[in-house]
Amino acid sequence: MAVLANHPATRDQAKVMNRYDITLRLVGLLHQDEAVIGGIGYTNFDLWAASAGRQGRRQPNFYMLGSMGLAVPIALGVAIAQPRRKVFALEGDGSILMQLGCLSTVAARRQTNLCIVIMDNGAYQITGGQATAAGQGTDIVGIARASGLAQSAWAADEASFTELAGLALQEDGPWLIGCRIDAGKPADTTERDPARIRDQFMRGLGVRK
Amino acid sequence: MAETWHGIVRDVLKRHDVRLVTYVPDNVLRPLIEGVEADAFFTAFACTREEEALGIVTGAWMGGTRGIVLMQTSGFATLSNVIASLALPFRVPVAMMVSERGTLGEFNIGQSLVAKTMRPVLDALAIEHHTMTRLDETDFILDRSLVQAYATMAPVCFILSPLLTGGKVFSK
Repeated sequence: MAVLANHPATRDQAKVMNRYDITLRLVGLLHQDEAVIGGIGYTNFDLWAASAGRQGRRQPNFYMLGSMGLAVPIALGVAIAQPRRKVFALEGDGSILMQLGCLSTVAARRQTNLCIVIMDNGAYQITGGQATAAGQGTDIVGIARASGLAQSAWAADEASFTELAGLALQEDGPWLIGCRIDAGKPADTTERDPARIRDQFMRGLGVRK
Repeated sequence: MAETWHGIVRDVLKRHDVRLVTYVPDNVLRPLIEGVEADAFFTAFACTREEEALGIVTGAWMGGTRGIVLMQTSGFATLSNVIASLALPFRVPVAMMVSERGTLGEFNIGQSLVAKTMRPVLDALAIEHHTMTRLDETDFILDRSLVQAYATMAPVCFILSPLLTGGKVFSK
């Protein structure tokens, strides 16, 4: 992965960025057809906020309401069902630590149309900021590489994130992008209406007309 | 050749276009797993946890592909949160098939204890479930229940009794 050689080798070397800003950058790079799965917590809220637009909210987004840790498995399922569509999973550090095995499953399947973005603030922020193992010695990008996801990298800074997300959009994955983020509050709160969320998502994917 | 329970399951899954099979392996499920893995109609693979397997089938259904999760009783016991917070509120018809341990000759006390939680949890979550004991009923139960699951957008659980499969036999 020569293309990833100029990215930070470890979490400590990556710049601490802002989650809403990073999510806005990601949504800005997307076309209309990529699927995005938001895990629980502030990762999810900021995806909701960043997906608001003048022509309505971005449709092919799925917002979990519980089932902590399942953003990557859900995204993998969508990616299997729709192999020509790029699928993004946005997940927090606490959430992915709960379901690390899914990184191995994604690697074993060599799911080319999948990109995982980890928002790592080293804390369970929504429950009061208790420390996660990330930042106390656990490096999630390192775990991903050891799980077999060779195309895993820390975003050095905002420009580096844009470059990595652009690569994920153009080239075969699976990809994993680690983003160190601050403790900023989310910009909005996701609407809690699961039937509507699911229906919008399926219409966005063209499964429902 | 006489019909087998796993041959019938494979045929009914095909009839209902259930193409994705995610599983955490189990000895009793082995012939079914081998059958679907040998058949190009299916995409079948092992997952690290049952929750993960359910999440994958949920995503696939939203993407237009039907799937089923295979597991054993102890694996089902790990699922109540994701059924209650994902499959049920989002109305995703996840099909589950559980190889029943913990009864009719169980030798592992952990299996016999956790097995007691399975039906009460299914009932508490108001999930349609059927215990399959007879070869001649297998097609009917699966066929009708899959129709119902997709028509009503509700999860369904099939429990494979040792009466049907032979179960796992005690050996010292």
